[in-house]
Amino acid sequence: MSIQEDVEALKRIPLFAKVEPAKLKLMAFASERAQYQPGDQLFHQGDVADAAFIILGGSADILVETPGGPLKVADVGIGAFVGEIGILMDVPRTATIRATEPMTVLKITKELFFRMVTDFPSIGIEVMRVLAQRIEHMNVQLREAVAARK
Amino acid sequence: MEPRLFKYIWRFSKRDQRVILVIVVIQLLVYFVSLDLPKRIINDAIQGGAFKESTTAQFMDLTLPLPDFLGGPIHIFDGIPLPQVEYLFALCFSYLFFVILTGWIKQLVNTEKGRLGERMLRRLRFELFDRVLQFPLLHFRKVKQAEIATMIKDEVEPLGGFIGDAFITPVQLGGMALTALIFVFIQNVWMGLITISMLLIQFTIIPRLRVKILQLGKQRQITARQLAGRIAEAVDGAVEIHANDTSNYERADIIARLGNIFQIRFELFKRKFLVKYINNMLAQTTPFLYFVIGGYFALKGQFDVGTLFAAINAYKDLPSPIKELIDWDQQRQDVQIKYDQVIEQFTPGGMLDPKVQALDGDNTIDLAPLVLERVVYIDESGAVLVEDASLEVAPGEHVALVGDSNSGKEALAALIGRLVRPASGNIRYGDRDLAELPEAVTGRRFAYLGDETYLLPLSLEDNLLYSLKHRPIRQAQYEGSQLAAFERRLYETRRAGSPELDINADWLDLEGAGVADRATLEARVMTLLGVVEFEDDVYQFGLRGRVDPKDNNGLANQFLHARAAARERLAEPQMAALVEPFDPARYNRNMTVAENVLFGTPLGLEFAPEALAGNAHVAGVLGAASVTNDLIALGQKIAETMVELFADLPAGHPFFEQFSFISAEDLPRFQQLIARVQRSGLEAAPAEDKRRLIALTFPYIEARHRLGLINDKLEEKLLRARTLFREMLPKTLNGAIEFYDPERYNTAATVQDNILFGRLVYGQAQAAQKVGAVLSEVIDGLTLRSRVIAVGLGFNVGAAGRKLSVAQRQKAGLIRALLKRPQLVILNNTISHFDEASQRRLIGRIRDDVKEAALVFVTHTAALARELDRVVVMQNGRIAEMGTPAELDRPNSIYQAMLGAPES
Repeated sequence: MSIQEDVEALKRIPLFAKVEPAKLKLMAFASERAQYQPGDQLFHQGDVADAAFIILGGSADILVETPGGPLKVADVGIGAFVGEIGILMDVPRTATIRATEPMTVLKITKELFFRMVTDFPSIGIEVMRVLAQRIEHMNVQLREAVAARK
Repeated sequence: MEPRLFKYIWRFSKRDQRVILVIVVIQLLVYFVSLDLPKRIINDAIQGGAFKESTTAQFMDLTLPLPDFLGGPIHIFDGIPLPQVEYLFALCFSYLFFVILTGWIKQLVNTEKGRLGERMLRRLRFELFDRVLQFPLLHFRKVKQAEIATMIKDEVEPLGGFIGDAFITPVQLGGMALTALIFVFIQNVWMGLITISMLLIQFTIIPRLRVKILQLGKQRQITARQLAGRIAEAVDGAVEIHANDTSNYERADIIARLGNIFQIRFELFKRKFLVKYINNMLAQTTPFLYFVIGGYFALKGQFDVGTLFAAINAYKDLPSPIKELIDWDQQRQDVQIKYDQVIEQFTPGGMLDPKVQALDGDNTIDLAPLVLERVVYIDESGAVLVEDASLEVAPGEHVALVGDSNSGKEALAALIGRLVRPASGNIRYGDRDLAELPEAVTGRRFAYLGDETYLLPLSLEDNLLYSLKHRPIRQAQYEGSQLAAFERRLYETRRAGSPELDINADWLDLEGAGVADRATLEARVMTLLGVVEFEDDVYQFGLRGRVDPKDNNGLANQFLHARAAARERLAEPQMAALVEPFDPARYNRNMTVAENVLFGTPLGLEFAPEALAGNAHVAGVLGAASVTNDLIALGQKIAETMVELFADLPAGHPFFEQFSFISAEDLPRFQQLIARVQRSGLEAAPAEDKRRLIALTFPYIEARHRLGLINDKLEEKLLRARTLFREMLPKTLNGAIEFYDPERYNTAATVQDNILFGRLVYGQAQAAQKVGAVLSEVIDGLTLRSRVIAVGLGFNVGAAGRKLSVAQRQKAGLIRALLKRPQLVILNNTISHFDEASQRRLIGRIRDDVKEAALVFVTHTAALARELDRVVVMQNGRIAEMGTPAELDRPNSIYQAMLGAPES
């Protein structure tokens, strides 16, 4: 597994699709590549948020703690960028992520993430774009839900 | 201590001084006889004075040449008749004999003086240290440790040199001067008178000039001592200096001090050399008078040349004793000042009675209640911290002392711990006044712990067992030459007046710890590690510790078994990906390139990472494995990648430090290097460039840096280099590295590395925890946990225990205190830094361990007091409430209010 492959994988992720390869390479070099076995947790709800993860391979469940035990709310797969809310907002993890099959991820520490955003504004703009899309997506969902109620 | 230095010296060294004085008198007699010889050689033998009337002269006709007013010469021996030539030789050889004899006696005197001085210095140093141990505890707030150390170490040192000379020098030099003077007188009365008058001038002028020098000397001593104190303060306060950016203020302070010291020292030099100049001039004037007056009489024929020659010869010997005598006198005043200075510092008020620390004092005391009656404590500033406190704590009763920071609870605990003394009222244990108990009782039967624990820079184990080392229990066994050496040392110890305490004896008071032997003691330490929750930390120290190859052979073997067991466990499918084992036949992608070639633990500096690129053996091995060019190419690729990745980053960017092989400053140089190499091609690159490229590859770890640079072929070559490295290793470097051998324990590596015998694989989530858990299971499976902990107990805690955290130091202090099974335990905010849950667990376990003892537990956390038998609430120095937790749990009690209030 070389850094070059990581760069290729990063390029396929929409968030980084428009970032120059040289910067992706630096990011890949400075971040830690980690393997998770099925059942391992990337992080646990309530933990201090210290890193975000880019999923390069495998998939995972997103779980939320409820009085009746953990509840699966979504799943994520290759190309997903998870855990960014925690490091952007400086709040504890809002959910648990648990691998469902062997996973390869790039672990981007909070410090590294902010460094990259500050040093290369193009990455920051991409992050904004993705987050804005998410808000738009949620607005659409909200409108639909309100309409359905009526 | 004796205030007068001379009396002190004489009291402790009269025996040695007398022996040397006798030798000195003999030396003077020999000197006197030898003075007459040159004259006889010239006058009688060479000029033939003795052969005017006969062909032979009497050799060895001993006559004591007393002047007429003392009864004239006394005839002792008639002598042997010898012809002129033989007579000359006989006289010359006698001269030689006396020269040798005088020299030998001189050497004898010097040796004896040296021994005497060293003995006295040793005595003085010990006595001063002994006094430090008897200082009242409060005095330690006033003294600076560096100044105390400087005084004992440096300031008394010149005293040692002087003590040997104190009595002997004036006798010896004075005697020599007197002998020479008498001789000159016998030769000619006028010449004698001239000499005496010049000496009188010298003796009156010089000491006057020296008064100022002595004052300066005193100032020099004090300023130097203060400098030592200031330097120690700067070291101790390093954190504050950095935190407040006051380094330049500190610099200014030292600059001012050094400037002051320079002034004093330079002034001293100027005056010293002035005195020397005057002294020399006066001394040289006398021979001038000799030549003038003696020469005049010789020309007039009233004086023979031999006599003049002998007189000048005798005088030649005169100035140096006189000068030394004057020097001695100055030294005397100098050391007296030093001595006064030091004694003053070592005589604080309230010194402990030596009986308090007596070695064989009665150290038992029956279990009894601790009783405080109307105790008042006033601190140095005059504030009343404890007022009218009365309290009784029965054996086995555990009392909590609570209150806010001004309540006086800490002061009350310090009073019980004997750190301070009550102004009035009394504190008793049973019917005995606490203040009168010897340390043999309080130190062995009671335990006091404050909010800080001082640890010695020794192993953790030595620190824990420190509380058991009260007196030598069993003498050390010496045999043969060791015994002889020990007895010699012991003799000198006695002569220096030090107590016969042998550091090599067995000091461990097993009985006091309530154990039968070392094995039970070890078990007890293990138990206490559990009591204070220190076990896991020490286990971790053990994993990171090293086994001493000499005395733990069995241990190494046990850990080898653990290695086999761990290998089995780590081969399981879900673990296999987490550790890459050390396999001599395989390249390890989780180790650096250098580690792969060395394949062992470097022991010295030869194979330290930064020295590798310049190491001839490494270069030779890489050449022999024909991997040099591959590594240069590899280095080039790394350099190119680094330049590509980091070129845009500003210098000082944290990435350089975290992720780069190349520092920001070196980056431009590597850019040039790459450009150079691309132009010339690798082959033609300068040797220095090649070396730097190779050095770049050494820290490269394929699995971590993931540049995809190490292929199978390169691995093979590097494995070849690994084999050659071991085969070609020169004998001289045998001790510089310990190789990884699957069948052998590597004493240079940590216990963990030995058991794991591999590297954690990079990028495996939670690998460290998972492997740690497996390691723990393996160790427990072989019941080796206690062995690992034993290795952990060997962990050196560093200066003042700073390698441990505050909490760890407190835990070590608790074990140390509990180990002696105390009857009275005072915990004065000892565990207040810990979180409340830990405090609760700890106090519960400690209570179980000291069931029979009285316990006084001071805490800020009122809720914790519920865990104890009784609560004493203090307010403004007074005991405001007292009772069981249940009794105080009533509305409107102060205790209730404290529970509700936020923690102070």
